[in-house]
Amino acid sequence: MSRTATTVLGAPAERLEAREKAAGHARYAAEHTPSGCAYGWPVPAAVARGRVTALGTADVLDMPGVIAVLTHENAPRLGEPDDPTLRLLQDDRVPHRGWHIALAVADTLENARAAAAALRVDYETEEHDLRLTDRHPGLYTPEEVNGGFPAVRERGDFDGAYDSADVRVDAAYDLTALHNHPMEPHAATAHWHDGRLTVWDSSQGSGSVRDALAQLFGLDRKQITAVSEHVGGGFGSKGTARPPVVLAAMAARHTGRPVKVSLPRRQMPAVVGHRAPTLHRVRLGAGADGRMTALAHEVVTQTSRVREFVEQAAVPARVMYVSPNSRTVHRVTALDVPTPSWMRAPGETPGMYALECAMDELAVATGLDPIELRLRNEPDTEPDSGLPFSSRHLGECLRRGQDLFGWQRRDPRPGVTREGDLMIGSGVAAATYPVYIAPSSASAHAGPGGVHRIRVNATDIGTGARTVLAQIAAQALNVPLESVIVEIGSSDLPKAPLAGGSSGTASWGWAVHKACSQLAGRLADLSGELPPEGVTVTADTREETGAEPAHARHAFGAVFCEVQVDTVTGEVGVRRMLGVYAAGRILNARTARSQFIGGMTMGIGMALMEGSTMDERFGDFAECDLASYHVPVCADVRSIEAQWIEEDDPHLNPMGSKGIGEIGIVGTAAAVANAVRHATGVRLRNLPLTPDKVLESLG
Amino acid sequence: MKPFAYVRPGTAAEAVAAFAAHTGAQYLAGGTNLVDLMKLGVATPDVLIDVSRLPLDTVEGVPGGGLLIGAAVRNSDLAAHPAVRTRYFALSQALLSGASDQLRNAATTGGNLLQRTRCTYFQDISKPCNKRAPGTGCPAREGVHRDLAVFGHSEHCVATHPSDMAVALAAFDASVHLHSTDGDRSLPVTDFHRLPGDRPQVDTEIRVGELITNVELPPVPPGARSAYRKARDRASYAFALVSVAAVLAVEDGRIRHAALAFGGLAHRPWRARRAEELLAGAPATPATFAQAAEAELAAAEPLRDNAFKVQLARNLAVDVLSGLAGDDTGEQS
Repeated sequence: MSRTATTVLGAPAERLEAREKAAGHARYAAEHTPSGCAYGWPVPAAVARGRVTALGTADVLDMPGVIAVLTHENAPRLGEPDDPTLRLLQDDRVPHRGWHIALAVADTLENARAAAAALRVDYETEEHDLRLTDRHPGLYTPEEVNGGFPAVRERGDFDGAYDSADVRVDAAYDLTALHNHPMEPHAATAHWHDGRLTVWDSSQGSGSVRDALAQLFGLDRKQITAVSEHVGGGFGSKGTARPPVVLAAMAARHTGRPVKVSLPRRQMPAVVGHRAPTLHRVRLGAGADGRMTALAHEVVTQTSRVREFVEQAAVPARVMYVSPNSRTVHRVTALDVPTPSWMRAPGETPGMYALECAMDELAVATGLDPIELRLRNEPDTEPDSGLPFSSRHLGECLRRGQDLFGWQRRDPRPGVTREGDLMIGSGVAAATYPVYIAPSSASAHAGPGGVHRIRVNATDIGTGARTVLAQIAAQALNVPLESVIVEIGSSDLPKAPLAGGSSGTASWGWAVHKACSQLAGRLADLSGELPPEGVTVTADTREETGAEPAHARHAFGAVFCEVQVDTVTGEVGVRRMLGVYAAGRILNARTARSQFIGGMTMGIGMALMEGSTMDERFGDFAECDLASYHVPVCADVRSIEAQWIEEDDPHLNPMGSKGIGEIGIVGTAAAVANAVRHATGVRLRNLPLTPDKVLESLG
Repeated sequence: MKPFAYVRPGTAAEAVAAFAAHTGAQYLAGGTNLVDLMKLGVATPDVLIDVSRLPLDTVEGVPGGGLLIGAAVRNSDLAAHPAVRTRYFALSQALLSGASDQLRNAATTGGNLLQRTRCTYFQDISKPCNKRAPGTGCPAREGVHRDLAVFGHSEHCVATHPSDMAVALAAFDASVHLHSTDGDRSLPVTDFHRLPGDRPQVDTEIRVGELITNVELPPVPPGARSAYRKARDRASYAFALVSVAAVLAVEDGRIRHAALAFGGLAHRPWRARRAEELLAGAPATPATFAQAAEAELAAAEPLRDNAFKVQLARNLAVDVLSGLAGDDTGEQS
């Protein structure tokens, strides 16, 4: 039975490729093996800072199966990339431990690995500097922060307003580095043939991979095909081209054979990005009624010596609450550390942890319920820009959650609810994530037999993008979902942006919607039979998406959480969690729920167990595998629920959707931390809340 | 990858003979740790002698009431064995608190005892480690060591033994039966693992080529109950920060038998003899338990970042012992 087209958008359609994935037929980047394929194994630098002075390449070349060893001495010269982390094997510098200094290439994976392990490398080491503090002499104010936001914004007179406020909160919060660790490691297979380069790469956007390779190898984009058909997660770490695809392409050019490079898990923490540690100071000043008069969020963070990346953690404070006198500042210092990058909701995730904990502290200081405090500080327009919101239903999310969660039954006093050795508490935090839309193109084809073929270089990183695009097409064409075939994940398809910034569905979907709407019109105008070649329409949304929006556009949400704190062990367990979101129109109830609860689960990880420790002697992250970098397991997630408010927002895109891939993690760690404080009466400001810290706090 | 030969003997005698006949041999059982270490380049055997299918895969009663566990018995099978579940409950709990279902299905009794520390320096061949590369130094002492030892460490090594199972075995006074070309012998499990001293590369008292054939549990003291509790960073699939196994028999409100062992504190399961001395014959009250635990832990020498383990161990011991005593008196624990 086919679903009718009028109900297809919003329906809980199953993933189109679900069966293919479950059966193991879906092929990922490392599962493409062209004839004659060789294998590359990268060699990571074993010092934190210095220079490679000698390489024992000759000895390794005599080893079984070894085809080549690429180093800065012999690797193909690359064009200057936009992203300096891709400037691989071009000189002898070691900017941080784990930086790739060579690639061993052999006939088998085992031989490549043995060769990489055997390569003798001599270094000249230099003093390294790895410790971030808020007094680091290298701290500076960057021109802008990630996302192109200004590093500093001042409105009104923060100092004056803060000093004269009835109630003041001044709190510092520290967050460790976090790692994306998608299930599928970064991997690529590269094949040069007939003057062209084909790569299968695990990426969130094969278009940006193709562009990076064109720049590096001095090729026309048309000479490159980048394929990312199935991707086992990215969480931002695959948003840009990463070393494996560059190394594979270099090695394939050098050896004249296809080459595959798949990163071992332990190499990932150093070379595929991470969320940088952030040190926050939040100051809130309010009247006795809880209405805020002053808000400052000051962030100190680090980047590498390779590239400046500044986590925009103070940016959400420009969006969230009434704040007539405000200061939001980012400062950064470059250290001899791996290069940070995008990780799920960059900026919002660490920023909203600090801001939403500070709001909880303000609720305590004013004696107000934390929901009521937030409702009293709802702004009429976006505080920083003064723009009206296209839609903002944070209040509704808070109120809906209040009812669903049973917040009214909560005893507001901290540390009073006990069950034996367990202290029980609950917490709430708000969430926000901006609406991003990028121009995209797509084609729609109606062929004989009632088949509709959609082509767009979207990427499905496990989110259900392929499926939702089919739903958008079916709706626009008014045809059954089963009649729609979606081709995505290749740079040969109509150009489209990467899966990032929670913008994919809006950006690709708009182009698909436009192409399909035009195709529907063409088909309606058709006199007589469909021509044998069918009808094809290609559409582009550059014009529609190019205009400066007249509204501030953000999704909002509220996260509620109940925790138990074991006074014997200091272990914190999340008993139940509820997220209520206002994110425009939800286009697929099934996959949207997965996105929300997936983000919330990642937030539990951030709150309770995830953290990367910089080893100050060696310059690497101590937790470099999934045994030591703890992410939540099923036993950590007992009851988790996501709900949403249907929002009708005409200022977004034809589907009326906001992004949903990232907002689930935003605010979640604060909700957990606030619940822990409610349970114990003690505020812990440094995540993760592992048993050592919690036990110590209980005295 | 370093090539290795693979041998699958049919009997324990064949296994030890095969070991003697090859240089660079290592026994392979479930492989849940050894294969990882081979992938990491930490273990580099020339020959693997697969003992996972030797006829050592049964759990049998011993006259007098003990239990003889074959070295190849899988962790999941041992945890589910009716005699273990009823009489050696702490052992079942310990096994089930370790690793994941999949790993427990593969891991064996003998292999579990011989697993190696998860100290991150030990597992990273690009760094010094006296246990892996004697004489290179111990970066953990001043480095990342929150998870490492507070008892019995040395300037050369601060590693912990990661097993849950071994902690319960220590509390039950189990013994390890060993077979070699020189014959058979057995060691109390509490003497099986060593402290690191100046030879941290040696984890246990097992001799080169010796094979664990069985682990024997003596009868449980009359009226005794047992429990295991583990504290960790996430609810499953994480090594113990600290764990405790306790066996307790109480009669007329007084402690007739008490055995207490800690995991996560030392290079071996830490049998709390000092605490046990104080417990013997004392009233079974939380105050006694606290006093005993504190007396034991007073000798702890925590490192910069793991002092929390002392408090955690104390709390766990008091909680588990109180729970066991409460069960006996019908009180709520």
